[in-house]
Amino acid sequence: MRLLLLLAMLAVSASSWSYEYPINDPYLATIAGTPGPLKADLPADAKLKIRHLPKTTAWKIPEAMWYSARLEYSYRLQRGPAPLIFAISGTGGFHNSGKNLALLKAFYQAGFHVVGITSPTHSQFVVAASRTGVPGHQRNDAKDIYRVMQQILGEIGHRDRITGFNMVGYSLGAANAGFVAELDSRERKINFDKVLMINPPLSLYSSISKLDRMLQNIPGGLDNFNLFFDRVVQAITNAYKRSSRVEFSPDIVFEAFKANPPTTEELAALMGVTFRLSSSALIFTADTRTNFGFIKPANVTLTRNSSMSLYAQPSIRVGFTDYYHEFFWPFYEPQYPGETRDSFAEQHSLRSIQDFLQGARNVGLFHNRDDVILAAGEIDWFPTVFGDRATIYPNGGHLGNLEYTEVMAGIVGYFK
Amino acid sequence: MNHRLVALLVFLSAIALGGCSTAPIVKGNSPDETVFSAQEVDSADVDWPLDVYDPLEGMNRTMYRFNYHADRWVLLPLVDAYRFVMPGFVRKGVVNFFDNLFGIRTLMNQVLQGRPVRALQTTGRIAVNTTLGIGGLFDIATPLGIRYDEEDFGQTLGVWGVKPGAYLVLPFFGPSSLRDGFGLGVDSAFDVWLDPLDFDDHPGRRWVYYPFMVADTRDRVTFRYYNTGSPFEYELVRRLIRTVREIEVQK
Repeated sequence: MRLLLLLAMLAVSASSWSYEYPINDPYLATIAGTPGPLKADLPADAKLKIRHLPKTTAWKIPEAMWYSARLEYSYRLQRGPAPLIFAISGTGGFHNSGKNLALLKAFYQAGFHVVGITSPTHSQFVVAASRTGVPGHQRNDAKDIYRVMQQILGEIGHRDRITGFNMVGYSLGAANAGFVAELDSRERKINFDKVLMINPPLSLYSSISKLDRMLQNIPGGLDNFNLFFDRVVQAITNAYKRSSRVEFSPDIVFEAFKANPPTTEELAALMGVTFRLSSSALIFTADTRTNFGFIKPANVTLTRNSSMSLYAQPSIRVGFTDYYHEFFWPFYEPQYPGETRDSFAEQHSLRSIQDFLQGARNVGLFHNRDDVILAAGEIDWFPTVFGDRATIYPNGGHLGNLEYTEVMAGIVGYFK
Repeated sequence: MNHRLVALLVFLSAIALGGCSTAPIVKGNSPDETVFSAQEVDSADVDWPLDVYDPLEGMNRTMYRFNYHADRWVLLPLVDAYRFVMPGFVRKGVVNFFDNLFGIRTLMNQVLQGRPVRALQTTGRIAVNTTLGIGGLFDIATPLGIRYDEEDFGQTLGVWGVKPGAYLVLPFFGPSSLRDGFGLGVDSAFDVWLDPLDFDDHPGRRWVYYPFMVADTRDRVTFRYYNTGSPFEYELVRRLIRTVREIEVQK
């Protein structure tokens, strides 16, 4: 018995100093995540409270999106005094979607107050909390998130129990966290003690281009998009049948293909489709909110009962880069005289806050050498800027290793 | 009880049909040009995988919205209260109980589908769980390796070759089809006729049965209306449910 105990302790301590995430194909890692036995031990139920912020009066909520009028968030406070951590979801992610939920559970378990923030690219955020209604603009999105965080702090109260403020974000949420931290360093309204960025894109534009290109891996080319999309729908359906859960986030799609992993090309295409579902929601919502005339004609008003079927198809067929060139840039161009299409793209890159990140001793970074949202060579930028505040794992793809015991322990440990 | 339910359904349908136009409001003679349109990105000869036959879309969308409100104000508070009051093992017992009770429905449909082996297995399950499992509260059959199936009359019609037909969103029950909606009616009528819990002689039992049945049914499904984060949720769910049902028919 004692021998067993000793062996178990050895196994545990061994795993705490060695990083051995087992999946070396970065696309497979992204989609399959961490195999069950290697996952960090987290409670099954996060027991989060879910609340809404009051409806804004600063702009009109489109009638067809009445259900997104108020921004939802989740939180859970410890009984006694503790520091608080805001967790910002990735592209298109809800405050309590898969990966954010895992982070919230891990932090609460480790003794922190936790608050889950929906991504500014999620449809509900675009309708309820985005001042411009055209997301992806890193400085504007940071202002929106910063305002939302302060509103939430006002709503949840118990300031006497909160001993400090921290922030974490993954994927696009990590880039958001960087820009919010930069904003906070100037405005000093929250004063973050520690900030952690997990697998951020370096240049938003280069990452979205890469995500769009992933669809070229569709067997038979883009002309077979429908066929492939149909297969994805079938696979999601099967996953849905098993889990009786429906959420059109990357998580459910990844779940769908776990059981029967396809080839690397198909995996890349699948990842592309996954982000395409997010981008279609973002694009159509921004279009409806602003009446830009991108996919919905500007003189058409959708009612609560209006059919969206006509717009679903083009929304899914256009990509992030189309959004950037034909909507985002034309929308912002009048406000930025002197900028070009390319120089404006650079404003939404972490390079534009490089000086801040270089000097910010309270901002840390976790990344993977083989992250598939980064262009070739981009990973090398991070250690040069973050120095010893950067932890770069050798594999894991895009967040595939997030729930790996060793990585989760590192993430939680960063805030200790 | 049942004619009241029917009256309610008729009433709700009337409301639904009242506000059923799916056409958007257009200012001027025709919609403006857009940057991208369906014609531009797709050739007409390709089937779009999201399309489902939905001539009742206006009513369906109204019903979809009704279900959101029914969830928010009635069903989800009931589920919350149920989860708060009942410990996990009790809820598990309730799940087992209803699985066993609705096994009769499955059995009936397996017979109608001409699947004697599966019908025999289901009979075995019901026999074991009703006796050894104390009226169905415990599931003894699964550890014994006896297969579990769920069949309904909608699936039986599917096996007989009936196509699902128009998409239909039912009040409370959610996404369905003309075929499956009709099937649900037949299954319910069969349950009332069979009366396995002997409501005819013990009408008071209904007051226990229905709250538990409704709470348990909603508790099993984690789906929440308007929570997928897509403005195309209605279209995506419609496609998903259609595909799920066709797979269930084939199974």
